[in-house]
Amino acid sequence: MEIPYTVEARPDTGIYNAKVGIWLFLASEVMLFGGLFSAYVLLRVGAEPGTWPHGWQNVTLGTINTIVLALSAITTLLAWVACKVGQFGKFKFFHACTLLFALAFAVIHLNEYHEDLTHYEIHLTNGLIADGHMVENNLKEDYVIIEGRTVNDEKLLYDLRSQKVEESEIKIPRSEIKDMESYGPWHNTYMALDFTMTGLHLLHVVAGSVVIGYLWLFGRKMWETDPARFTNRVEVSGLFWHFVDLVWIFLFPVLYLT
Amino acid sequence: MSDSHETKTAAPVQTHDEHPVDFNAYARRCGFIFVGILCAIGLMLWISYLPGHTWALKSALILVVAAFNAFVVAGFLMHLLSEKKMIYTVLGFTVFFVAGLFVLTIYAMHDFPTGTQMH
Repeated sequence: MEIPYTVEARPDTGIYNAKVGIWLFLASEVMLFGGLFSAYVLLRVGAEPGTWPHGWQNVTLGTINTIVLALSAITTLLAWVACKVGQFGKFKFFHACTLLFALAFAVIHLNEYHEDLTHYEIHLTNGLIADGHMVENNLKEDYVIIEGRTVNDEKLLYDLRSQKVEESEIKIPRSEIKDMESYGPWHNTYMALDFTMTGLHLLHVVAGSVVIGYLWLFGRKMWETDPARFTNRVEVSGLFWHFVDLVWIFLFPVLYLT
Repeated sequence: MSDSHETKTAAPVQTHDEHPVDFNAYARRCGFIFVGILCAIGLMLWISYLPGHTWALKSALILVVAAFNAFVVAGFLMHLLSEKKMIYTVLGFTVFFVAGLFVLTIYAMHDFPTGTQMH
């Protein structure tokens, strides 16, 4: 049985079915991320003055990731255009670029997660707070070494933009540690939102890469038998990929810059 | 980039929207779009490091630039500037519900149960 309207437009909608489907799906995705963004706005605006983190993210890496994702959006579009003009070789090239950019984005982002999870806030028994990246967590000798600084007020840890942070290696005996916690999603509201929103976005990057990778690897058969349908599949996957880019366009300023 | 099949199907693929497609023109357009996106990113970074402005003002300006960036991606890369009515209808409903989501959330911030004591 032939599936109708995979290539030709359905008379009542004016477009082929998969395109209607992807736009309905993207509408539901807008609601999903919209909920998270509105939660962010609510918690950010409701936070006590001076208690919301600034400058906790690596702006350089965030900027690089924004550019990488923008480039991948361009190559996705060019892959579709290559199909439209009947050049399968160009399609393969541009979609390979998209996959490489997606991989670069994921690697940079996972590196940022690693940075967060190895960054510790250590409350000491003398009331001071040590904050920095774990260099050594020595269980035998019973001490930890961090590359960071010591402060006497937790509020000094929130706004890193307005102060010059000088870091040095600090050795702390375990007996002087009251409690210590890494900058994971459990650390505070900001980190919970950061991991939730960027984690969900990263899942979308992975899902999009799987679809694009499938078309790149196994697309030739359909290209040879039904190039118009294949081109539409590439368009639909491209629309999803552009949506992933759109979400990041707002995540970057919200989490890294404001 | 030689592909044995490429010569066989080098003719444009006939899909339902029969706009003539010129690859080089598209690639040029993509170049301009990319430069626009880079400018928007640079502007957002510049605003975020501007000294002496309130957080609210800087955030608002940055989000305006982000919205422009999103318009470029959605309008040109997703072809939303020349889409069918059906898609605009879907997006119209989406905008309505998302706006409702944000407005109700912000409204709820000031909606305390009767008798709540404010500090």
